Amino acid sequence: MPQDQSNAAFVEFERVQKSYDGESLVVKDLNLSMPKGEFLTMLGPSGSGKTTCLMMLAGFETATTGEIRLDGQPINNIPPHKRGIGMVFQNYALFPHMTVAENLSFPLEVRKMGKSDREAKIKRALDMVQMGDFGGRRPAQLSGGQQQRIALARALVFEPELVLMDEPLGALDKQLRETLQFEITRLAHDLGITVVYVTHDQTEALTMSDRVAVFDDGRIQQLAAPDELYESPQNSFVAQFIGENNTLAGTVKEIRNGLATVELDGGEIIDCKPVNVSEVGERTLVSIRPERVETNRERLSPDAHTLKAEVLEFIYMGDIFRTRLRVAGRDDFIVKTRNAPDQPRLKPGTQIEIGWLPEDCRALDA
Amino acid sequence: MADAIDTNTGTTRADRRAEAADTGPVLASDGTPLKASLRRALRAQKLRALMLVAPLLVFILVTFVAPIADMLFRSVENQIVSQTLPRTTAELQGWESDSGDLPSEDTYRALLTDLTLAVAANTHTRLGSRLNYEQSGMSSIFRQTGRNIDDVAAPYLDNFEALDPRWVEPGTLAALMTDPDYFAAARAWREENPVGPFGGGATYDQPIRLNPGIGELLPSAAAIFRDWAEYVRVENSAVVGDEEPWSLFYLRLYQDLLNVSEADLGAYDGPQSDLLLETKRMLDQFQPVSIRDRFIEVDAGWGNPDIWATIKVYSPSYTSGYFLNAVDMQLNAEGVSMQPEDERIYGILFKRTMFMSLMITGSCILLGYPIAWLLANLPMRTANLLMILVLLPFWTSLLVRTSAWKVMLQQQGVINDILVWLGVVGDESRLIMINNQFGTIVAMTHILLPFMILPLYSVMQTIPPSYLRAAKSLGATPFTAFWRVYFPQSVPGIGAGSILVFILAIGYYITPEIVGGTSGTFISNRIAYHISSSLNWGLAAALGSILLGAVLILYWAYDRIVGIDNVKLGG
Repeated sequence: MPQDQSNAAFVEFERVQKSYDGESLVVKDLNLSMPKGEFLTMLGPSGSGKTTCLMMLAGFETATTGEIRLDGQPINNIPPHKRGIGMVFQNYALFPHMTVAENLSFPLEVRKMGKSDREAKIKRALDMVQMGDFGGRRPAQLSGGQQQRIALARALVFEPELVLMDEPLGALDKQLRETLQFEITRLAHDLGITVVYVTHDQTEALTMSDRVAVFDDGRIQQLAAPDELYESPQNSFVAQFIGENNTLAGTVKEIRNGLATVELDGGEIIDCKPVNVSEVGERTLVSIRPERVETNRERLSPDAHTLKAEVLEFIYMGDIFRTRLRVAGRDDFIVKTRNAPDQPRLKPGTQIEIGWLPEDCRALDA
Repeated sequence: MADAIDTNTGTTRADRRAEAADTGPVLASDGTPLKASLRRALRAQKLRALMLVAPLLVFILVTFVAPIADMLFRSVENQIVSQTLPRTTAELQGWESDSGDLPSEDTYRALLTDLTLAVAANTHTRLGSRLNYEQSGMSSIFRQTGRNIDDVAAPYLDNFEALDPRWVEPGTLAALMTDPDYFAAARAWREENPVGPFGGGATYDQPIRLNPGIGELLPSAAAIFRDWAEYVRVENSAVVGDEEPWSLFYLRLYQDLLNVSEADLGAYDGPQSDLLLETKRMLDQFQPVSIRDRFIEVDAGWGNPDIWATIKVYSPSYTSGYFLNAVDMQLNAEGVSMQPEDERIYGILFKRTMFMSLMITGSCILLGYPIAWLLANLPMRTANLLMILVLLPFWTSLLVRTSAWKVMLQQQGVINDILVWLGVVGDESRLIMINNQFGTIVAMTHILLPFMILPLYSVMQTIPPSYLRAAKSLGATPFTAFWRVYFPQSVPGIGAGSILVFILAIGYYITPEIVGGTSGTFISNRIAYHISSSLNWGLAAALGSILLGAVLILYWAYDRIVGIDNVKLGG
């Protein structure tokens, strides 16, 4: 978010480590800095340390080493209730013995706010999530989606500048999830709040965020905007984790003019863009997105390397065709093509040639 | 396709849908109402389910429900008086107990009959004990009278003897009253089966047959003769002619002779009819005595109208007397009144039981809540270890645990020794912590603590830690978060634990018996006393019923205030 204080970091992790048992690190050397108003998603498989990071930021876990700063102030030793950070939980955590309005009133009451102010703010927050008529209900009388809207309203009602969301949509069905994804981003942008959002759903991460931090093994593997993350994964984990991906193992033969020539294990030669390979002879995993694979020879440059492939399976998916091929000895190579009149519907058993633009094919670490 | 023609009825599905909506009851395919079909289909299932629970159901009914119902019934049941003294209680209906007069001579005669039969059946002492609960001295009156019951009407026997000595020969009476054939057969049997050196021997197996006609001539004497003859035949292995009848018989005979006309006597020609006629003619020489005076002679208590008033008050088959006793009241001739000040003990005991049970419940909440919290929030391994410690007392005998407290708390016990050693208390002023309320509360809190912890724990386990986190993230201090968010959700556990502990405490017996001394005992100890020592089961049943009622009322009140749906023992 380009804003006037975009240079000033609002939330900062500096060399943060976390260990629960004193033997292994759950979070290894975390450095992160986000400006005010940013929607940042922590994405990663379970056990990757993303929730621990969120809990350290919220104050429910203490960092073993390193410093966490909020608006320039170190908050390592500030208890959670004094941090003023809003939080939305996966299981909503609405207080079951209070009505919706009482739930929203709670953060205002503990801030000793007057009754009329409280009511005005509660009404505004409920209207914001389109739940204005539900103030008198109990959480148990609401559906999952409604509960999460209320949880959202409760996290926002005391106007925090930073809101943390811990897989808030994980328990909802797909359609509801998509509606709420849109609503959450809209609210975040409208209110100009900073959001740290944890999820293991990459679609959610890509559609909602300004930036995504991909976590694995206690480290941020890549921190980038969604398009960059998808199109330019920095390592094979990110490439594998974000979107669908074809991987071919090989050895670097030559690096020249920003182009690498890789000999696959089956002996085939391909061109690709070196990302984190630098030496000839290095092992590499080559990553190609299924939709960037070209089956039409005419669209490739004449000197492009191509590979022979055998069609194993053709799946008609409506908007796209999904074709499974045997390529370079692997039979899990996927190609996605748009359903267009000029696209051939490949029959299993057909021998074809495939190729790609070298910049779409990235040579990553093995 | 939705309106495909149904092959059976020729109607479309849409038609049938409309039909069902119009006519109300939905029909199954065979035309019977769907509800009836469903019921029939479920009946077999229900029956199978019932058969599965039947053994337990029967077991509970036989071993639990029936004994309790029987015991509770005893709290109002009072048939012993009217069953033992049926004639007397009937006569007493016409007697005004507040008149200050003694009952009529007829009442005393009825009492003589009732008691004679009761002594024969040996039930008079039980009645004495029963009435002794209501008025002390009753027991001894009935024992004394029972021992001398045959003396009461003895003057009548003497009178008959004076008129004609033949009257006291057993054979005369037997011949007069008994059917001649039966009499001859009985005497012949006696010849073959002589009475052994220590009495007893075989019992004649033919029930008595009275002389035809004697029953109409001397109805009341014949009736008592029959009772007596059967009694001696069965109980003493005697036959008619062996023994002299009860003196009551002579009283009855005298009355019958007064009533019967000379003409009727003259017309009678059975055995000994001339003796009867002679006696009837000489009856004016008879010196009748008052049975009332005779009773008073045997035991002066019979001259006390209060004794009679008590018998009259307790003659109905059902009485509120036990319940009144149980609440320190009494039922006497004047009606219902409070017991004398110094005899009111049950009110104090009930209050003490309630108070101490509340104290125990309160201490269990205070001690159990933090432990349950720990159990619910510690990692599994540690929690399991702690859980074993909580459950450990369950696996130890109750007596051992209670006795251990005796060792700990007594004046020469562990705690006092430590306090003296630390110099907190002087050696001469050791604390008295046992055989009083303190000891009972401490020991019972310890024993009942698991019953508080377990429901609390199972409720707390269901409260996700995210609630507290949410509250803190919303700005609540740890205490506010606990008090406004966690605690209200744990209330069902407190409720369940409290009900459990309170109900267990209110009926607890062994622990207060061992460590309670006199000031720390419960109502249950009194109930046990009445069951096993004083044998006043009616009062014990009444006390137990009140206890049960109190628990039910508390349960009801709890349901109204907190709602029983909020009680969770788990999940």
